[in-house]
Amino acid sequence: MTRTSAPSGFLALLFLALLVLPERARAQDLVADLSEHLVAITAGFTGTDVLLFGAIEGPGDVVVVVTGPAHDVIVRRKDKLLGIWLNAKSIRFSGAPSYYAVASSRPPGTFLSDAILGRLEVGANNLRLIPAEGQKATAEEIATFRAALIRRKQARGLYQDSIGDVNFIGRTLFRTRLYLPANVPTGAYIVTAYLIRDNDVVSAQTTPLLISKIGIGADAYEFAYDHSAAYGVIAVIIAVMAGWLASVIFRKS
Amino acid sequence: MYVYLPIAEMSVNVILILGMGWVVGFLSGVFGVGGGFLMTPLLIFIGIPPAVAVGTQANQIVAASVSGVIAHWRRKNVDLKMGMVLLAGGIFGSTVGVWLFSLLQNLGQIDLIISLLYVILLGTVGLLMLQESVRAILRRRRGVAQRGRLHEHNWLHGLPLKMRFRRSKLYISALLPFVLGVIVGILSAIMGVGGSFIMMPAMIYLLGMPTAMVVGTSLFQVIFVTANVTFLQAYQNQTVDLFLALLLVVGGVVGAQFGSRFGTYLRGEQLRALLALMVLLVCGKLLFDLVATPGDFYSLQYPVLR
Repeated sequence: MTRTSAPSGFLALLFLALLVLPERARAQDLVADLSEHLVAITAGFTGTDVLLFGAIEGPGDVVVVVTGPAHDVIVRRKDKLLGIWLNAKSIRFSGAPSYYAVASSRPPGTFLSDAILGRLEVGANNLRLIPAEGQKATAEEIATFRAALIRRKQARGLYQDSIGDVNFIGRTLFRTRLYLPANVPTGAYIVTAYLIRDNDVVSAQTTPLLISKIGIGADAYEFAYDHSAAYGVIAVIIAVMAGWLASVIFRKS
Repeated sequence: MYVYLPIAEMSVNVILILGMGWVVGFLSGVFGVGGGFLMTPLLIFIGIPPAVAVGTQANQIVAASVSGVIAHWRRKNVDLKMGMVLLAGGIFGSTVGVWLFSLLQNLGQIDLIISLLYVILLGTVGLLMLQESVRAILRRRRGVAQRGRLHEHNWLHGLPLKMRFRRSKLYISALLPFVLGVIVGILSAIMGVGGSFIMMPAMIYLLGMPTAMVVGTSLFQVIFVTANVTFLQAYQNQTVDLFLALLLVVGGVVGAQFGSRFGTYLRGEQLRALLALMVLLVCGKLLFDLVATPGDFYSLQYPVLR
């Protein structure tokens, strides 16, 4: 260690890193962790921040990539027919991340080659978005639909359009804030921090992040999907009771 | 104050939803219609996915119709036999409708069909109502009392399967109310409405039912048809958000109480003219959205993997 008065948080981090990664014998060049590994979507959820913090050994830049669970997306284009705009051509993409964000200590284009940007999927434009099997479309169409997918996701805040900052505190400690909007998809997320030195990945660490619905809303959601028939019956019963109750209350007044 | 809707998967402002329920409830109290035709577009305007708006709205209408029908039942304004025939058609129609809904959703055309149906139906009903009410207002001004024919005989009365409806004092083919029920059932499932704005004029002008029986009987069958839609939408498409429905119900019943009191200050034809203008306003907004160049030509859909 070069610094004599290392903050206790840093020591704690190193200790944590030793606990988390015992199989690695050599000293880690990068360690990182999240302020929380479980984000609960409760009834009052309006979006939240998760703090990613860590430390690096030696010089270099840090890039953080966050991806949500993959899902299929159908992109549809509207065409004008008889004066009305309606969905015409569509292309289905499989395995698109439901959520995507990236943060970097410097603009990634300044210290990473295009090849590495593509390999690490840094920047929404470098995401590997591949049409599902059996899609009939020209390469040109796929390119425009792919761009549209990214644009629509960005408009909903699900692909973060600007690359966030990774801030350094001194030479070793870094932190960045990941923003999860109110409409954030649930599931298992992967947060990967890369240490880049001379256009090369020196070290990387992956941390899981679980986003799940908690409480009565989560129970209702699960119930609606797992026991759809019972949910339907209960919905009707509740509505009938609410209607009857209303007529009783307002009859007296 | 925000609350997360688990099925719609978004946060909404509680006050906004309660307020919308109140306003639509108020209007339905004033005009004596369900208000589904206003609520579903409103929910879509604030960003609720159209499928969830339709499914949830059906659930809300169940509650609103139950509280409405109780009052009419006490006054013996429900023709049970007629209601049952309408209902048989309605159950069949709404089942077909929910199935159609799933099909159109997979084809990516459900939003278009919902909008188109709204534009066509609201446009037609709105224009007819406006014409009729303006005539009535003018007639009242001139002070000429006019009498319409009480009963009209046409080919509809030659249909088979005749049935006697005592409460409505009618002897007509059971096919008529059955087919009417089927049509309204389909619309109910696809549009998230009770369908009274089609059902009631059809009952008066097509079936020739007495006006007093129309509202109660229509509400009676709406309960079961929307209950069927709610169940099937929840079962097949998982598009019923109970939390959203309850918020709408609470806002709606309170608003309806104020509305029905306010409604007594207005004359019938003035009410109908106002309602017609409102219907045309919603229709115009939906039509505009269909023909206006969209901000982005592309949209995303997330297919459900089973």
